Order: sequence, then C-alpha cells, then structure tokens
Amino acid sequence: MALAKIKQDAMQERLATLNMPKGAAWAMAARNDAVARLAKAGLPGRRDEYWKYTDPSSLVQTVAVPAAPFATDESPVFGQIDRLKIVFRDGVFDASASDDLSMEGIEIERLSDAVQMDIHWAKELYGVLEKNGQDPVARPLATLNTGFATDGVVIRVTGRPSKPVSLIYLHNQETSDAILHHVIRVEKGAALTLLENGPAAARFSKVLEVDVAEHGSFHHIRAQGRDHERRAVTHMFGRLGSDSLFKSFTLTANGVMTRNEVVLELTGDNGVANVAGAALGDGEFHHDDTVFITHDAVGCKSRQVFKKVLRNGATGVFQGKILVKSGAQKTDGYQISQALLLDGDSQFLAKPELEIYADDVICSHGSTSGEIDDDAMFYLRSRGVPEGIAQDLLTRAFLAEVIEEIDDPVIADDIQSRLESWLQRRG
Amino acid sequence: MLEIKDLHVKLADEDKQILKGVNLTVGQGQVHAIMGPNGSGKSTMSYVLSGKPGYEVTAGSALMDGSDLLGMAPEDRAAAGLFLAFQYPVEIPGVGNMTFLRTAVNSQRKKRGEAELSAAEFLKEIREKAKALKIDADMLKRPVNVGFSGGEKKRNEILQMAMLEPKMCVLDETDSGLDVDAMKLVAEGVNGLRDGKRSFLVITHYQRLLDHIQPDVVHIMADGRIVKSGGAELALEVENNGYADILKEVA
Repeated sequence: MALAKIKQDAMQERLATLNMPKGAAWAMAARNDAVARLAKAGLPGRRDEYWKYTDPSSLVQTVAVPAAPFATDESPVFGQIDRLKIVFRDGVFDASASDDLSMEGIEIERLSDAVQMDIHWAKELYGVLEKNGQDPVARPLATLNTGFATDGVVIRVTGRPSKPVSLIYLHNQETSDAILHHVIRVEKGAALTLLENGPAAARFSKVLEVDVAEHGSFHHIRAQGRDHERRAVTHMFGRLGSDSLFKSFTLTANGVMTRNEVVLELTGDNGVANVAGAALGDGEFHHDDTVFITHDAVGCKSRQVFKKVLRNGATGVFQGKILVKSGAQKTDGYQISQALLLDGDSQFLAKPELEIYADDVICSHGSTSGEIDDDAMFYLRSRGVPEGIAQDLLTRAFLAEVIEEIDDPVIADDIQSRLESWLQRRG
Repeated sequence: MLEIKDLHVKLADEDKQILKGVNLTVGQGQVHAIMGPNGSGKSTMSYVLSGKPGYEVTAGSALMDGSDLLGMAPEDRAAAGLFLAFQYPVEIPGVGNMTFLRTAVNSQRKKRGEAELSAAEFLKEIREKAKALKIDADMLKRPVNVGFSGGEKKRNEILQMAMLEPKMCVLDETDSGLDVDAMKLVAEGVNGLRDGKRSFLVITHYQRLLDHIQPDVVHIMADGRIVKSGGAELALEVENNGYADILKEVA
C-alpha cells in the first residue's frame, strides 16, 4: 500500500533536516536500506495503533523542542561505582571526559570509527537486529536512527571485564537533538554490565542492539536524565542465544516525553530475559514502556516488571507483549505492570498482550492501577506518621518489588537513593 | 484525660447514625472497659477518636487533656498521646516493621519538639521491648504485619504502644482471635504500661480479657450510647447473663 501523502510529506520534511554520515560500503548499505524501509513505513503518526496512547509528533517533528538542562547539586548516578566511562555531550563524544577505551576482555570502539572500516564484525549487527525487530510491528523511529545515527559505541565482549561500561549522556545545550546507535556483541560465555545515565539532549533518539551468544550474559541498568523538558525515544533490540541471560532495568524520573521500546527475541533454548522499569512523573510527564518479547526456543523464561508513580496529571503507558512461537515449549513468561496514581488527575494506560502458539507453556500477566491504600494510610497516620511521609513510605513500598529486579546491591542502593531524593524533592 | 460529651456520629456517605450521644470520662491512670453487643458502636468510637476518615461527627465533643481531638489530624492526635490498638492491624507490604516504627516514634518526637532517637538508641529500646513481648528479630524485619499470625499482629500492636508511650490507649477488641496464652502475653504487655498516669479504654466482647487487665470502670454500650456503667462486677454480670438482662433493665 502506498504511503499516505501526509506521511510522505512528514517523512520528507524530517529527512531533509538530516545528513547521512559517510562510511564504508557495508555501513552505507545498512543506512540506505534503512532509508528505503522508512520510505515504505513512514514515520509514526497519531493514528497508528502502536502509538495510540503516545503522541509521537514531538519525536517526529523536524526540529526538537528546546529543553533547559537541569541543574542539580546531587551526586551523579553510578558515581560511586568503579566503571569505564564513555561520555557523550549533547550526542557528541567527549574524549577528554571519557576514560581510555581499552580493558581486558572487551573491545570498545566508537561507531563513527567502526563504520569507516571496510571489514568489521559490526556489519552483522548494525541495523540488523533493528530490522528483525520491525516485524510484526513497525518501529520507524528506530529505522530512522539506523539511517542517521551520528555516533555511538560498538562493543565486543570476549571475556568478563572487571568493571561495567558506563555510557554517560550529558545535556548542555537547550536545542540539542542527538541520535546515537550502539551495537554490542556478547560472545559465548562472556559477560557485560552496561550502565547508561543522563538526559543526552533536548531530544534523544537511541538504538541499542545487543546480541548475546550462548551462555553469555548482559546486565543493563539505566537512569534516564531528570531534565523536566527533555524528550527521548529509545529502542533496545536484543537477541538471546541458548542459556544466555539478558537483564535490563530502567529508572525514569521526570522528562516530558519518553518512549522506551524493548524488543527481545529468545532464539536459543533456556535463555532468560528480564526487563524492568520504575518511572516517576509529576505534572508534564508522559512515559511509555513498549515491550515485545518473542519466545522462539524451548525452555526460555521472560519477565517484565514495570511500575510507575504518577501525580499532578502525569501519564504512564505500558504496552507489553509476550509472543510464544509454536516450537517454544516449556516457555515461562511473566508480565506485570502497575501504576500508583497519587491523585485523580494522573492516568495509566495499559495494554498487556499474550499471543501463544505452543501448548506447554506458563504465561501470566497482570496490570493494576490504583491510589494509595486508605487503610494503610490511616494506620500509619494513627501512629503519628505525617501524611506526606506516610505517602512516601507507601510509594517506596510500591516500588520495592521493581528495585529487587536489580541484582547488584550497590547499584540497587544507588537507584533506591534516586527514588528517595525524587520523593523528597517532589519532582 | 479523655472526656467525651454527647458524641453523635454518622457514616459520612450514608445516612446512618452510629453513635447517638456518648458520654464518657476516663480519668488519668484509669482503666475503663467498654463492652456491648455487636453493632453497638464500640469500634466506631475508637475510629472516630483516632480520626479515621469516613465518619461524620454531627454533635458533641471529645477532649484529651483539654484539647479538641476531633479537630486534629490523625497524626497530631497520635503525637498528642492517643494510641489505638487496631482490631484488625493493617498489613503493609514493602514497609519494614522497624522502619515503620522508627518513623512513627521520631515523627511524634519531632512534632513534640523532642530530640529524635538515633538508630542505635532506637534499636536498643525496641530490642528490649520486643523481647518482653516475645517478638523475635525476624518479626521486626518483616514488612508491617505481613504474614503475621493473629497473635503476632496483636503483639505487634502492643509493641507499638510500648514504643510510642502514649498517654491514652484505646484497645479495640485486642483479645479477638487470641488464644489464652497469647491473651496473657498481651495483657502482661498492657499491664506493664500501667504506671498510674497512662489511661486505657479497653473495648472487648468478653469478660475474659478483664480477668487479666483489671478495669476501674466498666461501661455497657448499646445502640450508640453508654447505657450502664459500674465496677468490674458489671463485666461478670455480662459474662453470666449476657446483655439481654441489662438492656431490658435500662430500656
């Protein structure tokens, strides 16, 4: 079907503002393929079913809406953790703020360097997992990213590096509009912990493609920046080999618009995929978790745990799907999405989906949205706990389950302290 | 200590009058018991005193040490020295019992302008008091009342009372759901807090608890009013003859 004219125009307008970075033949092929796919799919619009609950217009429009950087005197996230730091400032690699990229058991390059090589392993992944993830649901903003990403990191993990790799996204300019694309290959039996934090830009588009080979493991913890006005669309495409582990946790506090898509495919037997997120929003806040996990192998487990705390008219969205293909027996799939609405103005829109073609599987899903429990509130107040503190205690209790999804106790404590300070600051 | 006058209360969102003119005065250091049939308004009175939403006071007053309880927020009533031991203590998943109690103790101290307890001071005190109530370290660490047996929940109420050191304790059917041993333990906890200054209002269905917690005055409540008051012997009369005779007598 030909693309509607209005979509054609919107896309042409958007593409006209972008420059395709130059690179080796394989990279240009991947970028040109992305543009060709985009010409068919068009950019997302309000009428697209997949964007029913989130208006994509500010993510699609030609120029990013300006966003003031958030000044804070709090210590940066993950500051206490020994890690290899890679810094992008408004989407531009900052060599002086970054560590030396060499570490035992891992090869790290900038995307902008890797795409210059005539022969590079990243050819097998760049835009490939993104393209695989377009079926059955199109994700055109990820395709746009493949076509025009200016930089990113390309990481091959061959062993067990001694410390996490930490991507730090600083935001200094009010009008910055960043497009980054990372490719990660975790080789057989290798393990990586990836940390990401920061707002990155006024508008941030990021794609992360992660290929985890058999017996490999990938841990990912992300804290999206607190800037109130920032906007972000992120995609994480993961492919899991047999006996591999993929665990991802995201904390989102503030941000006027966030769409986080996670697309995982369990392609080898006995893989484990866990994705979790805590989102805290006050007022002008729209946060959308869109997750699609495909089970295409025997004996895999997947788990989705998402919690949102919303107040003063904030909006939370959850679209989560588990697809179990016909051969994927002994699948164990779990999904829960919950929102705590601290007032009557906020809303939570959830669309949990299961689609199962195998007959020997366990899949469950649940979604709840509610206010603070009156009885618990009265119980606390009757003991002398003031209403505001009681509300904080109960909010923390609501989030406790999702924090438990983080394996590393030091990182979990760090994330917990961010929740605390958000509650104390109230925004 | 506690002075309730002509208290009339209805449900906030229903046209149903529950208390129809309660008069009750509990002096300092006294233990008063309220007995009465189901639906007489005993629990409602405890909720109204502690400030639970959902009730509307249509007339009357309740003063504690001369200050108007009914105009205060629940947390302010607590800081002023009122404590309600719940008939059904609420389970709060995700909030540790210890965190909860320390927050409560220090919130009250702060409100009263007293120094907050340090973690070490708090720990020392709660360990001593928990031990007396046979509450183990595990119960202190677990989320508030989650997975507690009926007896454990009631003991946890008494522990909170012991930690918060209120002036006026209201015990709402603290004996319900307890076996004899647990009841004794709870009663010992309460008796340990009787210091001649602290006052108690013990709401119960059965005389049995009053064997262990000796009341100074017993009130019989029926249909939203105190219909008869007397000494400890009144509780025995209820035990032997039920409420029917008394209600007939006052009708």
